[in-house]
Amino acid sequence: MKTVAVEKQDEKQAEQFCSGAHALVKALIHEGVDTIFGYPGGAIMPVYDALYDFEGKIKHHMSRHEQGATHAAQGYARQSGKPGVCLATSGPGATNLITGLADAQLDSTPLVCITGQVPSQMIGTDAFQETDVVSISMAVTKWNVQVTKAEDIPAAIAKAFYIAKSGKPGPVLVDITKDAQFGKCPDTYERCDQVRSYIAKPKIDPLAIEQAAQAIAEAKKPLVLFGHGVLLANAKDEFREFIEKSGMPAAWTILGLSALATDHPQNVGMLGMHGNYAPNKLTNECDLLIAVGMRFDDRVTGDVTRYAKQAKVIHIEIDPAEIDKNVKADIPILGDCREALQRLIPHLQRKDYQDWYATFSALDAEEQEQVIQRDLFPDESAPLSMGEVIRHLSDISKGSAVLVTDVGQHQMVAQRYYRFGEWNSNITSGGLGTMGFALPAAIGAKLAAPHRQVVAVIGDGGFQMTLQELGMIMEAGIAVKILILNNQFLGMVRQWQDMFFEKRYSSVDMSNPDFLMIAKAYGIEGQQVSERADLEKAMHTFLSHPKSYLLEVMVGKEDNIFPMIPSGAAVDEIRLK
Amino acid sequence: MKTMKEQFTISIYTENTIGILHRITTIFTRRHINIESITASESEVPDIHRYTIVVCQEDEKVRKVVKQIEKQIDVFKAFYHPNDEVVRQELALYKMPTQAFSNTREVEKIVRKHHARLLAVEPEFTIIEKTGYKTETQALFDELKAYGLLEFVRSGWISISKPMKEFQDYLKEVEEASKNK
Repeated sequence: MKTVAVEKQDEKQAEQFCSGAHALVKALIHEGVDTIFGYPGGAIMPVYDALYDFEGKIKHHMSRHEQGATHAAQGYARQSGKPGVCLATSGPGATNLITGLADAQLDSTPLVCITGQVPSQMIGTDAFQETDVVSISMAVTKWNVQVTKAEDIPAAIAKAFYIAKSGKPGPVLVDITKDAQFGKCPDTYERCDQVRSYIAKPKIDPLAIEQAAQAIAEAKKPLVLFGHGVLLANAKDEFREFIEKSGMPAAWTILGLSALATDHPQNVGMLGMHGNYAPNKLTNECDLLIAVGMRFDDRVTGDVTRYAKQAKVIHIEIDPAEIDKNVKADIPILGDCREALQRLIPHLQRKDYQDWYATFSALDAEEQEQVIQRDLFPDESAPLSMGEVIRHLSDISKGSAVLVTDVGQHQMVAQRYYRFGEWNSNITSGGLGTMGFALPAAIGAKLAAPHRQVVAVIGDGGFQMTLQELGMIMEAGIAVKILILNNQFLGMVRQWQDMFFEKRYSSVDMSNPDFLMIAKAYGIEGQQVSERADLEKAMHTFLSHPKSYLLEVMVGKEDNIFPMIPSGAAVDEIRLK
Repeated sequence: MKTMKEQFTISIYTENTIGILHRITTIFTRRHINIESITASESEVPDIHRYTIVVCQEDEKVRKVVKQIEKQIDVFKAFYHPNDEVVRQELALYKMPTQAFSNTREVEKIVRKHHARLLAVEPEFTIIEKTGYKTETQALFDELKAYGLLEFVRSGWISISKPMKEFQDYLKEVEEASKNK
């Protein structure tokens, strides 16, 4: 039974109505959103009209293609820890979001994408710019929904934000018909903090903690693998304490990179296909593998049937579907990894793993001699290497930049050789491997962290996939630094054709435009470097420039990335050449 | 570890939302798993729907699929059981010309022999209903065919698992766990 006071409140609220579009924008503000990315069009026009009323509260950055908006929102989300927000119209606007959604789904990035839809009475008539975006996006979203009534908008948005950011984060899509945007809606908003069918954060089983603690205590050759989960759970201090208190060596997946400083003495390097020699080799020698917030991607495991078979496996993971999916866990710890680490820390005792570390050092020395030295300090006669460019970038920026990398050879080199000193400073497209990711993602990252140096490292191929987003930089004066490592090839594909297809170079030789002229057309300064003598000075100019700047470095055309675990090989079959 | 393909019944409890069927079926499509039968309707709990999906697959593959299904936001719980852990039933309907019954006593005998029953009798046609395993509904089909069977339909399986825990208890657990921050 309602009290008089409640009834009066109901009456008062009933008088306060706004349009569905206004309700949407207000919902975003309630969720703490101040930056969004998008592109207008017919079916989303009422929302754009509402945005006009909230100028100063929400800044809209117009991408030049909706895919750019999704990657910018991803970069924003990855750097800020808050969901990135995208707006797009129906039809082609909506379908252009799919790549970004898929990328965010595989890399657990919280995104809230809002699409306009044709008026509800026209759905199913093949109306102009009608696509069934709910069906199309189902496989690449954590959750999605279509809203056809104005009054359903606030609750849908509240649920969307909760789902996007809770548990294992991911992209959600809310498709709103144009009549719902125009319709009337009570002007109230309630945040969502529970969905009854969805367990965002499983309760950690104390028995699993005990078992894990015991396994750690018994291990002689433990190896910690850390992934994106550490960053997503914001377990900065907990993870460092876990590592330092136990004394165990730790290796990273590319999504986990920068959760522990590169130069931390217990950081033994990169896992996977182009990772470091020692951690890959020793994955198949350790007696205990402790996976923290990672999902044993095939690029990390190589041939999974020959992966760490000798080791006991502890898997700390928030998503139940990941437990035993690729690698069987002897001790699964289901839950948030920050919480799990907090509970494990009291059980830890520092142990001396001197002999174990010595095996890492011996293999490191081999890699240093056969690969790293040549990559970072090539012979005078050799062409510029990607490695030495990243070395200068790392040295001059003192390892404090946010690196946003695209996909391919340059990505591997940047992650191998940049000395990350700061937490959460590596943004890349890992799971989906989306060329064209870096430029728009760097824009989003810079908007999320305006006081940090944000450097997009991109190949000549990937840059041409989304270079129209230079328009976003131009429009808002975003000081993103763009480093193009130009080898005039689709380098990674060329490397595979070199190694596995008898050097039959098929469609990898790039006919490139003048990148500096393109930058100039957008009012962005830049320079090209092709001589070693000019590199260091150019890097200083690049990093100290107050605005966006494009540095194009002409690097060796046919350099290959090593070490490498060839496709189908086991981690300990990693090759140095 | 079982690597042989066998029949499994997957039972799924979901919110009654538009699109959840699509979300569930794409999980099978993506892994190239054929759905042998599917039945969906409201469960013992109002507004919560129960799906019964039958597949023929390796145990491990089914276990992973069930986890992916349970991962969907609107899914409360998903279970899977081999055939010996469920009691199951299918329903089949047969449309026969009513004349077939008056021409000869044979049809009536067949119906009785198969423990089927008459569901509706109209001047032109008669509907026969039979519940049972596929082999049983098929046996009746084969016999009726000779007497001018007009139409036939068979439902998917519905099944009840033998373990005694009630869904209501699972529901309480999931709802409680969903509050965890």
